[in-house]
Amino acid sequence: MQTNEKKTLSSLVTGLILVAFFFGLLAFINLGTSSYIQRIVIGLCISIILVVSLNLSSGFTGVFSLGHIGFMAIGAYTAAILTLPLSLKLSYLPDLPAWLENTQLSFLPATIIGGVIAMLVALFIGISIMRLTGPYVSVATLGFMVIVNVVLTNWDSMTRGARTFSGVPPYTNLWWVGGWTVVTIYVIWRLARSSFGRQMMAIRDNYIAAQSLGINVLRMRLLAFCVSAFFTAVAGSLWAHFIQSFSPKAFLFDETFNIIIMLIVGGMGSISGSVIGVVGITILSEVLRNAERGVNLGFVQIPPVYGASQILMAVIFILLIIFRSEGIMGKRELDFSRIFSFLFRKTKRKEAASQ
Amino acid sequence: MTSLTLIEFLIQQAINAISIGSLYALMAIGLAMVYGILRLINFAHGDLIMVGSYATLFLTIAGVPFWIAAVGGIAASGLTGLIMERVAYRPIRGAQDVSMLLTSFAVTIFLENMGILLFNPTSRPFPAPDFLNSALNFGALRVNSVDIIAIVVAGILLVLLTFFITRTDAGTSMRAVSQDLLASRLMGININRVFVTAFGIGSLLAGVVGILWSARVGKIDPLMGFYPVLKAFVASVIGGLGSLPGAVLGGYILGILEILLQGILPSFLTPFRDAFVFGILIILLLFRPNGLLGSTEKEKF
Repeated sequence: MQTNEKKTLSSLVTGLILVAFFFGLLAFINLGTSSYIQRIVIGLCISIILVVSLNLSSGFTGVFSLGHIGFMAIGAYTAAILTLPLSLKLSYLPDLPAWLENTQLSFLPATIIGGVIAMLVALFIGISIMRLTGPYVSVATLGFMVIVNVVLTNWDSMTRGARTFSGVPPYTNLWWVGGWTVVTIYVIWRLARSSFGRQMMAIRDNYIAAQSLGINVLRMRLLAFCVSAFFTAVAGSLWAHFIQSFSPKAFLFDETFNIIIMLIVGGMGSISGSVIGVVGITILSEVLRNAERGVNLGFVQIPPVYGASQILMAVIFILLIIFRSEGIMGKRELDFSRIFSFLFRKTKRKEAASQ
Repeated sequence: MTSLTLIEFLIQQAINAISIGSLYALMAIGLAMVYGILRLINFAHGDLIMVGSYATLFLTIAGVPFWIAAVGGIAASGLTGLIMERVAYRPIRGAQDVSMLLTSFAVTIFLENMGILLFNPTSRPFPAPDFLNSALNFGALRVNSVDIIAIVVAGILLVLLTFFITRTDAGTSMRAVSQDLLASRLMGININRVFVTAFGIGSLLAGVVGILWSARVGKIDPLMGFYPVLKAFVASVIGGLGSLPGAVLGGYILGILEILLQGILPSFLTPFRDAFVFGILIILLLFRPNGLLGSTEKEKF
């Protein structure tokens, strides 16, 4: 028992160190870097929330959802409608119901409401979709995304239809995204480590064996799906208040592909893998996007080729699936307490050597 | 314009429904063939449609008569399909469902962006000749010739395919592989040849659909294939993924459903038609998780 307690304590300490380090990094980025870097880091944190929450339902329960961006759209639009300043709302969305027309919430409650609505939607569609297996789930979730998109594009009184929804207040900053990233990773990590998480992984690894052990497959899948939908919608809200103007077109296949490639690169079923995947792909795509504008290699000038970065991403992705389909981390996690004790021991040894 | 009687109106709508259903059926067969033997949902099927249409367009611009251009377009689709199979899908054969699904997603992204890069994202008019693009009058009935041609072409192709699948050696080995890959390999069936045949036929069908679809819509763009193929997925899932009769059935059901919804939904709901189509799919899957004609066999481990 004592070793167990020790373990919990040490993982608590490790977690706290990591969080402190993360916020220290954010503070450094906030003060010491250009707004270009800051914007990239905000985008990166939003992607981490998206990918980690997608990982919960896809990597841990084996329900591969292609429609998660639908939840992001729900979160983005719900929160944006709630935070839009009243004066803007009157001229922008004159057909809103009166109680909504006169409501303006601050960022946090709006985000949470967006998340809760996405969660309820996930519960509603999940009751039918989560009974399916294999490719049927993916197609059905894709269907869900199309439904969300059709509704957003045509529900003029709420969403301005296909027109751009702009004027969203720029609430999102490094601290908001950082905070939500920590909350998301903490909740999903705890969930994955709990008995719920074990049951989810059992379902992923062998559906029938899990069922025969008395695991309620539908309930576990629903739990993962709903939690995942909540955080995806939170990311949507953060994104909406970051980018400030968007249209339903933003929540379609391109964005879906972007988060899926991050998930696969990092490794499905590994939370630290997801983070690594997001960081790697973000840097890579940023480099490629700059290269797209044309590169001067000194002796040759490569002309700008717009769209080439997506093509290259697709090629990288296919190669990855062919040669290392489990991604960088597979299902393993980075063990930070080990890394720390390794570093610590090294310094100790150095001290001993110097004495 | 003379007003239509109810019967005439219904006939006109029925022709409309069956023609669009035929196109869905042809796409769904292409998907079902590949799924049946490879367990791969080929998202990139839509891009084969795009390739075929653009090849036809460019050949016509180069001065080739439409008939030959169309054959060239269909061949281009077929060729692209074969390259796709060889380069992207053969190396990952036997991988998990999810890996294959994602690979086909990546192939789609690749081909669509290539299309945008090479052909420009703006849409272009499709040079359909008169016989594909004229209104036929039967009394008060006005029917578009492409609808009739789509129905006839689909009918002929379905008969040929049925013959191929049930009466030829290649078709029989294809069915054998879809039932049990390992056992058919042990029986001495050349697996690679079966894969290539299935992909080839599916891609050629995509080329045919591409030309008919473009003639129906009148214009083409690099993303033209994705949405119709998404609907064709719905069709093949309704019928039961991997089942060829199911794919045909699903295609026609989907065509009829679309036209029906267009007719009976109140006008403020018609923009939501596609949402209803996908909603019906989700509800159907709840009651028949394997589609209408899908095998009741459980997932293999």
